[in-house]
Amino acid sequence: MAEPLLEIQNATKVYGGTGFLHRGKTTVALQDFNLTIDAKPATITTIAGESGSGKTTLANLVLGFVKISSGQVRYKGVDVNTMDRAQLFEYRREVQAVFQDPYAVYNPFYRVKHIFDMVLGNFKLARSKSAGRDMIEEALNVVGMRGEEVLEKYPHQLSGGQRQRMMVARAYMLKPRLIVADEPVSMVDASLRAMILDIMLRLRDQHNISFLYITHDLSTAYQIGDKIHLLYQGSVAEQGSTVKVIENPKHPYVQLLINSIPVPDPSVKWGGEEISTQDDEQMRSNIASGCRFYGRCLHRMDRCLEKAPPLYTVGDSGHEASCYLYAPEAVKSR
Amino acid sequence: MSVQLERNKAAKSAAGREITLEVKNLKVYYGTPTGNVRAVDDVSFHVYKGEILGLVGESGCGKTTTAMAILRMVQPPGRIVGGQILLDGTDLVVLNESALREVRWNTLALIPQGAMNSLNPVMRIHTQLAEAIETHEGRQSKDKLKQRILDLLTMVGLPSRIYDMYPHELSGGMKQRVCIAMAISLNPSLIIADEPTSALDVVVQRVVGQTLLDVKERMNVSMILIGHDMGLQAQLVDRIAVMYAGHMVEVAPVANIFDEPLHPYTQLLIESIPSIKERKPLRLTEGLTHDLRNPPPGCIFQGRCAKVMDVCRVDKPPLRLLKPEHYVACHLYE
Repeated sequence: MAEPLLEIQNATKVYGGTGFLHRGKTTVALQDFNLTIDAKPATITTIAGESGSGKTTLANLVLGFVKISSGQVRYKGVDVNTMDRAQLFEYRREVQAVFQDPYAVYNPFYRVKHIFDMVLGNFKLARSKSAGRDMIEEALNVVGMRGEEVLEKYPHQLSGGQRQRMMVARAYMLKPRLIVADEPVSMVDASLRAMILDIMLRLRDQHNISFLYITHDLSTAYQIGDKIHLLYQGSVAEQGSTVKVIENPKHPYVQLLINSIPVPDPSVKWGGEEISTQDDEQMRSNIASGCRFYGRCLHRMDRCLEKAPPLYTVGDSGHEASCYLYAPEAVKSR
Repeated sequence: MSVQLERNKAAKSAAGREITLEVKNLKVYYGTPTGNVRAVDDVSFHVYKGEILGLVGESGCGKTTTAMAILRMVQPPGRIVGGQILLDGTDLVVLNESALREVRWNTLALIPQGAMNSLNPVMRIHTQLAEAIETHEGRQSKDKLKQRILDLLTMVGLPSRIYDMYPHELSGGMKQRVCIAMAISLNPSLIIADEPTSALDVVVQRVVGQTLLDVKERMNVSMILIGHDMGLQAQLVDRIAVMYAGHMVEVAPVANIFDEPLHPYTQLLIESIPSIKERKPLRLTEGLTHDLRNPPPGCIFQGRCAKVMDVCRVDKPPLRLLKPEHYVACHLYE
């Protein structure tokens, strides 16, 4: 079997525990997370979950912004933490990022071509100025823009959608193998969102670029995603192929989540049972041992408190849910 | 002439229902060195008693500016250039500052964007609610005030034990509901909620949405719900007003908007809602919004409209009544 492009094994990230005020107090942001992205064909892997579920921590781990507490992130078989300079340089070029806020990533004092010039300079991509100019033009064409229209402008003269497309173009210019897209469309208007998503699909299909698509919005994930990992307070609640998970959710949390998405049809009211929310303290009090969703779960059992449930297979093509409802013995007895 | 006709029709259709707020030909401009930005240009609409009106449109279309104008809280360089804002018959545009103080919060309440961050972190919940009430109604007896605050908390579905808590002890959704409690504390006749759920995840969003509906039912209060999530709008509002580039392009009951949107922009808005029911190809749009300082003659949507005609480039379509309660500004329906 070919070497996977990116492999995350038992990644755990614990914040805190050091410092004068926080000694001993730790927050587990991500626990024993596993993920594999194959080198071919390119895929869009979605990481979804509510705020505080650990999805951005995962993005930061992959991009090397935070240090992993235990476990490994391996890129083309090499542990990112033990890479030498040359390997790291290549990793930094082949793994690119697109961030949530297309307004904050530009320096307002520079014309927008500055972000392209920086990349050209840092990675020494072009032999000459005109070759560099051609590369920029090609990258902009991929996202449906023309150089003469935008390059000489200042960031405030562009719309949010244009800026986000330029960030994708910048990432594309480096010929990456993987783009980590952290909420790339949550700040773009609905009518322009489709354009960004379409660019992601084209980069995947025509240019063999994989995406780690981090979002809280299951509907866009459903439209473009291949595989999905749904996180709840740092652990995987359910994972599998996007279509299967969203059309047939198994984990009580994921069922609640999907029922809560407002249906854009006034004649269909919110489905599912009435729900209540507890305050943060209550929600987090049970996580020391056992299932993290216990406090809010409608199907909770005593054994859920003893030990966190492992991932059980609940469907074909790798559909797994971390819930004792699907433990082999529980399924048999029903 | 035709405008007068529309007015008469509107008055007739409204004959059966009481109107809480009527906005007539409102214009709000932001002065810049290179000309006025027409953020809200000749906008008219009304809100019936006891209904929720959804105000939708992309960012920068003037939704929030309209809301701020109703509260007379437009900040310089913005100013209200013309029009009338009639709240229960009183024109807010001409009121002086001290009269406005009486209106704000007493009859006109705001739930601002990201309201949960507007709570004072060093004050207990009950102190903040008491302050809001006492500022407007003078000192009150302790027991009465406490009972009233507890009633308010019950009204928004919060347990009484949060009475003594600090904001940081509550989750985002609970803080948001405290803000709703503050907004209804003085029994206003109109509540303006500016994206009240935008920073919350879907499960909590649903709880807050249901709280808003509950409050509306019990108090028979009118609301303007600003937002861009069409799914949420479908679940919560009675009528929808669609804005584009500072203009009102369509106003209709929520069922009409979703079943049979008439304006091409509304159609685009409806079609670009990502679905979790079916996986469909993405719909892309071309074109850009014009510079708001220098609107083209004719229809404001001509630059992005797929059905643009010659007349659209010359004549500006008025907002006309097409069906009962269904207004649209488009030359297609003449």
